[in-house]
Amino acid sequence: MIEFRKEFFADERDDDLNEIGKPTRRQDILGHVTGRSPFFDDHQFDGLLHLRCVRSPHHHARIRRVDTSQAEKMPGVVRVLTGKDVPTNLNTLLSLLDFGIDDEPILSDKKVAYRGEPVAAVIAATEAQARAAVKAVRVDWEVLPHVLDVEEAIKPGAPKVLDIYPNNKFIYHGKYDHQKLRFGDVEAAFASADHIVEGRYQMSPIEQAPIETCGAIAAPEQNDRYVCYTSTQALFFSLGTAAKVLQTPSSKLHFVGGTVGGGFGGKVDSIHEPLAILGAMLTGRPVKYAWDREEEMQVGAPRGAERWYIKDAVNRDGRITARKFIGYFDSGAYTRLSSYAIIKGVGHLPGPYTIPNVYADVYCVYTNRTPATAMRGFGITGVDFAIETHMDKVAETVGLNPIELRILNSYRDGDMKAHRREAKNCALVECCQVVAEKAGITLSAEARAATSLTGGGGERARIPNYTATDQNGRVEGFDTGSYARKSGSGPAAATAQPSTAQPARAPQPGSQPASRPASASRPEQAPPRADPPAKPPESRPAASRSGAMRFSSLSGFRRR
Amino acid sequence: MATHRGRGFAAINYPIGMNLGGDPSQALVHSNPDGKFTVALSAIDLGQGMKSVTRQIAAETLGVPIEDVYVDTADSDTGPHDMGSFASRGTHRMGNAVIQASNEARSVMLEAAAEELEVDAADLVTDGKGNIHVKGAPSRSITTMAAAQAAQFKQGRTIAGRGIFLIPLSEVDPDTGEMTPVSCFAHAAMLVDVEVDDETGEVAVIDMQSAYEVGRALNPKLVEQQLRGGAWMGMSHAIWETTEPYYPSREHGPEDFNSYLMPGPGDLAPHHISVLERPAPDGPYGGKGPGEMCANPVLPAVVNAVYDAIGVRIDDLPVTPEKVLRGLKAQGGAKPRRML
Repeated sequence: MIEFRKEFFADERDDDLNEIGKPTRRQDILGHVTGRSPFFDDHQFDGLLHLRCVRSPHHHARIRRVDTSQAEKMPGVVRVLTGKDVPTNLNTLLSLLDFGIDDEPILSDKKVAYRGEPVAAVIAATEAQARAAVKAVRVDWEVLPHVLDVEEAIKPGAPKVLDIYPNNKFIYHGKYDHQKLRFGDVEAAFASADHIVEGRYQMSPIEQAPIETCGAIAAPEQNDRYVCYTSTQALFFSLGTAAKVLQTPSSKLHFVGGTVGGGFGGKVDSIHEPLAILGAMLTGRPVKYAWDREEEMQVGAPRGAERWYIKDAVNRDGRITARKFIGYFDSGAYTRLSSYAIIKGVGHLPGPYTIPNVYADVYCVYTNRTPATAMRGFGITGVDFAIETHMDKVAETVGLNPIELRILNSYRDGDMKAHRREAKNCALVECCQVVAEKAGITLSAEARAATSLTGGGGERARIPNYTATDQNGRVEGFDTGSYARKSGSGPAAATAQPSTAQPARAPQPGSQPASRPASASRPEQAPPRADPPAKPPESRPAASRSGAMRFSSLSGFRRR
Repeated sequence: MATHRGRGFAAINYPIGMNLGGDPSQALVHSNPDGKFTVALSAIDLGQGMKSVTRQIAAETLGVPIEDVYVDTADSDTGPHDMGSFASRGTHRMGNAVIQASNEARSVMLEAAAEELEVDAADLVTDGKGNIHVKGAPSRSITTMAAAQAAQFKQGRTIAGRGIFLIPLSEVDPDTGEMTPVSCFAHAAMLVDVEVDDETGEVAVIDMQSAYEVGRALNPKLVEQQLRGGAWMGMSHAIWETTEPYYPSREHGPEDFNSYLMPGPGDLAPHHISVLERPAPDGPYGGKGPGEMCANPVLPAVVNAVYDAIGVRIDDLPVTPEKVLRGLKAQGGAKPRRML
């Protein structure tokens, strides 16, 4: 059922190591199979309180008033939290990486933008008492029109999901309302193609579905600190977020985790820790905030839906000469990780193929649904579904075996990729060949003889002489100094920059999260590039490769 | 009414890690006086084997037996900063940090041994079984335990090491999308066999044949666990799962495992896996990260197989019986293609 094909790339490996490559039994397996590994929920405390959220029943509504007075009188209720109890009641997860504008309240107090959005949190002695009191919180709603479809959401006049993104689109680099990829000239290739193949693909939203639902238990520790046991997938992400939201030095927070019952991307958002700790701060007692299965599935952020339109120019022999993408990521009501998923997705286009002309416009679109987040295959799974389904249509159009078509177009070592870096360490051809052989599919002699090591580079290593660029989707008033930071009251930096300028910022990595104000000056990591990599169409075609230099300077310790 | 068989193929690659960089991982390694090592991390073990793979990497680099290494994670008071376990970054980023930390600790251990053996540390090697000896002269040897004891109680040396792996955050060109995205790529090809029932619209995946290129398989069992589970997850995404069955409508959302459909044990297809290993130049011992990409080829392969079986293209996931039946009705019955 599993075989290791050691004959492939054997000369690139030293297989004579002591420990690496051995099927050593997992360090933690005895604890897991005997039920003794401590997960976050195994850390119980005397007097543990339970926190549950009051959630919006509407897709989109203004909050006129939240009345907690009845709930506060309910049996077992210790405290009811609303937005005014949260020291910094606005956050976006990737602010720790200086990416994006704070857009999401911890407990919303002005309006809600998705069904299930939390507006208050009840802390009670038992979970049942907390559930009962949640029902007693009265919210006076003013229901607003909502929008659920990505292409509806970007039409003029659509309901505004977030005030800071008036057209329901994330702003990239302070400059455009989408992420562009431009390599060569797809329109010229379409005009001379033997075949045009088009398709529309819809990736569904999916729940990460870990067996252990998301949660955290926080408790006052000695010496004015708080301990937090958590199911997070990213301990310091969660710690940094909690420190920021609670305006607390990170030294006062002690996070313990590391043994988690599955995550698949659903435990990156750091939703639970800040509220559990805030509850512990305000009650002086241990507080648990964990989702039940319904919350995990409908309030917990899923893999967002994606919609892709692909158009290919194809030669009679099956070679793809151009590929154009229009993509829409459904971010839901807030940004979370969708904006970054698009960057990862765009860097991946056009898939593992060498195509001389590539174009993409990819939009991060806000709709009135549960915010999307990371999931296994972040930024890639949806577009790979689209690309590989599309490849089958191309194969059928030109009458080629689908595996032959992949090998024919496959990227090889030394090829230039659409994001203007050279391909290396490729192995797609070999994977295709192995599967064909196993499945009894006869390939042509050329396809059998192909390798990832040969046939690349040369002409295929060239950046196109001409790349068609444009100013479509240009926005004003956003700061180029951040991926999407709205500029302050002063003149907008974006408009003062020439259009080809590189963003000058070089933010520090997130090693000291949260405590640093977003606008603080930061040390430069890389020298500013004098030579912008992208040229407007009328300028010289040569492209700088300065990005790669920074990588190679580090390689000394990466390779043993 | 009949069932129709079809085959579908897909091939993919997958970029490892947060693709703009700026995602550091740190590791601390130290020895107790008996030469037993603790690796302190704040990385998360989600069940994927984070503790185990970093333990193997530390043992290999230190040159000590696996039993002499314990990985402690994740406690923010003791484990140094790490971005987290996501984006297939755990093995790649943290593995590199553990190598760096282990190399530093190893060099102190060898200096301590050299002082005891009265030789040059550069002439010493480890046998991975708990001994340090002069290269080419196995009899001139000292145990790692004795070296650690000497370091601690005689020489006053700290056998410890620090490691960090960081690809600095890079920019994306707004106009062309030029970027320096990631450090390495994993690859996969997948062929699935399906059976489509034209009366009920149900699709069954009955066989999967794959080739995955994962860089060096640092622990073949952990790799297999990821590929097997991940491929089934991909199969599930193709045919069963969604939080919004009538997307973009929010109605009929599942609230538990009765209504959130997933395959049961009887639905799981046999999966014949071939693993290829082309080491990543920047990966720890050439390792990449098989955790995420293993699901990706299955989704399109299943959709392509359904088309092969009945001639209905379903470009809108998941492939529910309703969509299959509507497609069959629209084209007047099954039209098998048999392209593979």
